Amino acid sequence: MMKLVIKKFICFASLALTLCMLSACHGSDPRSDFEMPDHFDDSREMEIVFWAKNDTNKTQVQVYERCVEEFEALYPNIHVNLKLYTDYSAIYNDVITNISTDTTPNVCITYPDHIATYMTGAGEIVFLDDVINDPRYGLGGSELRFDGPTAGEIVPRYLDELKLRGHLMGLPFMRSSEALYINKTYVEAMGYEIPDVPTWDWVWEVSEAALAMNDDGTYAVNGQDVMIPFIYKSTDNMLITMLQQSGAGYSDEGGNILIFNDMTGRILKEIASHGQTRAFSTFKISSYPGNFMNAGQCILAVDSTAGATWIGSEAPLSDIHESKKVEFETVVRPVPQYDAGNVQMISQGPSICIFNKDDPQEVLASWLFAQFLLTNEVQESYSETEGYVPVTLKAQNDPAYLEYLSLAGTDTGLHYQVKIDCVKMIIENTDNTFITPVFNGSASLRNAAGQMVENCVKTVRRGGTVDDAYLESMYSDVSQMYRLGEQKISTGSKDLGPLPLTAVILLSCIGIAWLCMGIYVVKNYQMRYNSNRSK
Amino acid sequence: MKKLSAIALAAALMLSMTACGSTSDANTPASDATVVETPADDTAAVTDEIVTEGNDDAAQTTDAETDADADAEGVMSYADFAAAAVDTEVTIITYVQDKQGWWENEGVGNATFYTQDQDGAYFLYNMPCSQEDYDLMVPGTRIKVTGYKAEWSGEVEIVDATYEILGGDTFVATAQDLTDKISDNDALAAHMNQYVTFTGLTVADRDGAAFTYGWDGSRSQGDDIYFNLADAEGNVYTFVVESYLRGADTDVYKAVEAFNVGDTVDITGFMYWYEGPQVHVTIATVK
Repeated sequence: MMKLVIKKFICFASLALTLCMLSACHGSDPRSDFEMPDHFDDSREMEIVFWAKNDTNKTQVQVYERCVEEFEALYPNIHVNLKLYTDYSAIYNDVITNISTDTTPNVCITYPDHIATYMTGAGEIVFLDDVINDPRYGLGGSELRFDGPTAGEIVPRYLDELKLRGHLMGLPFMRSSEALYINKTYVEAMGYEIPDVPTWDWVWEVSEAALAMNDDGTYAVNGQDVMIPFIYKSTDNMLITMLQQSGAGYSDEGGNILIFNDMTGRILKEIASHGQTRAFSTFKISSYPGNFMNAGQCILAVDSTAGATWIGSEAPLSDIHESKKVEFETVVRPVPQYDAGNVQMISQGPSICIFNKDDPQEVLASWLFAQFLLTNEVQESYSETEGYVPVTLKAQNDPAYLEYLSLAGTDTGLHYQVKIDCVKMIIENTDNTFITPVFNGSASLRNAAGQMVENCVKTVRRGGTVDDAYLESMYSDVSQMYRLGEQKISTGSKDLGPLPLTAVILLSCIGIAWLCMGIYVVKNYQMRYNSNRSK
Repeated sequence: MKKLSAIALAAALMLSMTACGSTSDANTPASDATVVETPADDTAAVTDEIVTEGNDDAAQTTDAETDADADAEGVMSYADFAAAAVDTEVTIITYVQDKQGWWENEGVGNATFYTQDQDGAYFLYNMPCSQEDYDLMVPGTRIKVTGYKAEWSGEVEIVDATYEILGGDTFVATAQDLTDKISDNDALAAHMNQYVTFTGLTVADRDGAAFTYGWDGSRSQGDDIYFNLADAEGNVYTFVVESYLRGADTDVYKAVEAFNVGDTVDITGFMYWYEGPQVHVTIATVK
């Protein structure tokens, strides 16, 4: 009898082991959602990795370093390993690469579009819906060792930008927008007044006028051999903003691609017409708008407000030699508009994403650090490095920060006029900002938008024509290249599709084997039973 | 029956384990987003070895052959290229000297190449190419390139290019010593993208150190290294170890990381331009 029990035990153990192994085969094992621990364990050492982005700005690096130092002083058992990047796409690429090896950082600076892709891996990121409201460790929680903001103290619009299909997928860190930087000295010398809200018509008119030349072949406006009147840094933002302002389609929350419409065609033809005259160029074709502007070779530039410290003859940061710089006054305006009475500008800037890990204490440590990035000191310090706005009302309304804003123009360093003018413009236009729908594939759509502008401008510069036939062909090319419309909306878990044929055969074989074993066990039992009865 | 069941179970387990070991496409990161740099370290080793052996013999092609290339139908000479306006379509025959890492963007492979012939040099920026062709384009490889002349922050380059790998001659340039021209930007611009060398320069302070990761120290180890060198008159010039050309594991990267302010050094690299001369360094030697 004992032998029979042992046999049965081995049989069930084998069955359980087989099932376990099989269950692990199809797809990666999704990590369970993060659940807040009962308490923070400060009895053991923990290391968290933070991938941070700066704008090639050493002061920003110093803010990060100081932030890490101060956080570690508050939580001595948490060690933050800081890795520096200077562009978002590099972080994105590294995260994508590291997801497959489960070596993602704990916290990273990112764009919402990118988080949408990270979300396609089940359990990869920590949804913060419940986390922020935890009474002990949530925003403004009772157990925090620092004075962080409450949920209500984060600018609601900025927090909403991180909500995707019902989930809060991260926290805003800083917000910026784009600005139209104008060489006021040259534009007024051309006889133009600068409106409070420039329109696209005004920008194109001034740009074309700036191409007037002297008899000696130099440009009348600057007396130089080079003049690119209008340069747009981010051509993806350019097309997106123009579509938004004109009420035309780009994409929707369902991930549908709406960009290939008549208005897009009209906009691209208009841009191309000014590319053809050389009144307009792009960063990818020519270089940084600030470099040309500071040399007096560009009079209208759209660039991020986070690049404000590079623009203007007194700019604290510059890539060009001192001998190339010219003197001029810079003014800041909202990006060009189709309707000056209905200002619309893009909201952008870094957000914070937290990656899920097996150890809830490690995730809690990550969350505490992410919150620390929202404290007044970090928010204000980082904001002051560039044309960034703090994402918390707590920091925006802090008397120290208000004093900083009030001192605009008193020096060309911390209180650089152009930078603070950008910040004020964003704060005044918080309700006029927009974002584009975020979905798995939205990053590719954004790239495609920029590519179309670049293609059109390059084509006309090279003697080609941008007409309906050209656009139709280009739409097809970029659709294919960026696989637009192919990505499916993710609900947080990866759809692995139907089982492959080999897997079906394998599972069938296993099923048959276990069926045979079952029949054997039953038959054996019956035989023994019958044998015992006959005895 | 017992044996049959045991065999069936064992077979099923083995099959299932085999299935586990294979890579599922579903677990592969979205390729549209994947940009993976392949360090060009192997190439670096090859080029550096050729150059340090300092062979004038490496220049195996002749002036007559270069002229023949330029005479081929539709192929420009370097003089024609230099005279062409920006945005002009250009076709040249040139020789690969070095290359940055291969990477993939939206499923399309790309790489940036430093190329040169007997008369001048051409910088092929982000030229679409397969990994296989990238591997074939080693220093000396003769290629025919068609693209558009462009200028970005002063750097003259060929963009949106296509290429054809040609057989036959090879040519590896010998670094030209431009030390006596270092303060003359116009003279340096005449050697744009060429393989050049500067000797006897002194490592100068850069933000309190001998070098910075990134131009202002805003990047980390593994990224581009910037450093300043002073000539005998005390004029200071910026040089860079471009990490996509020579990564953190290369000799030159480590050599520069070991620089001390005041060291006397010889530098060899490609005459890149960004708002002024900014050599992409491939060899750094402390004297």
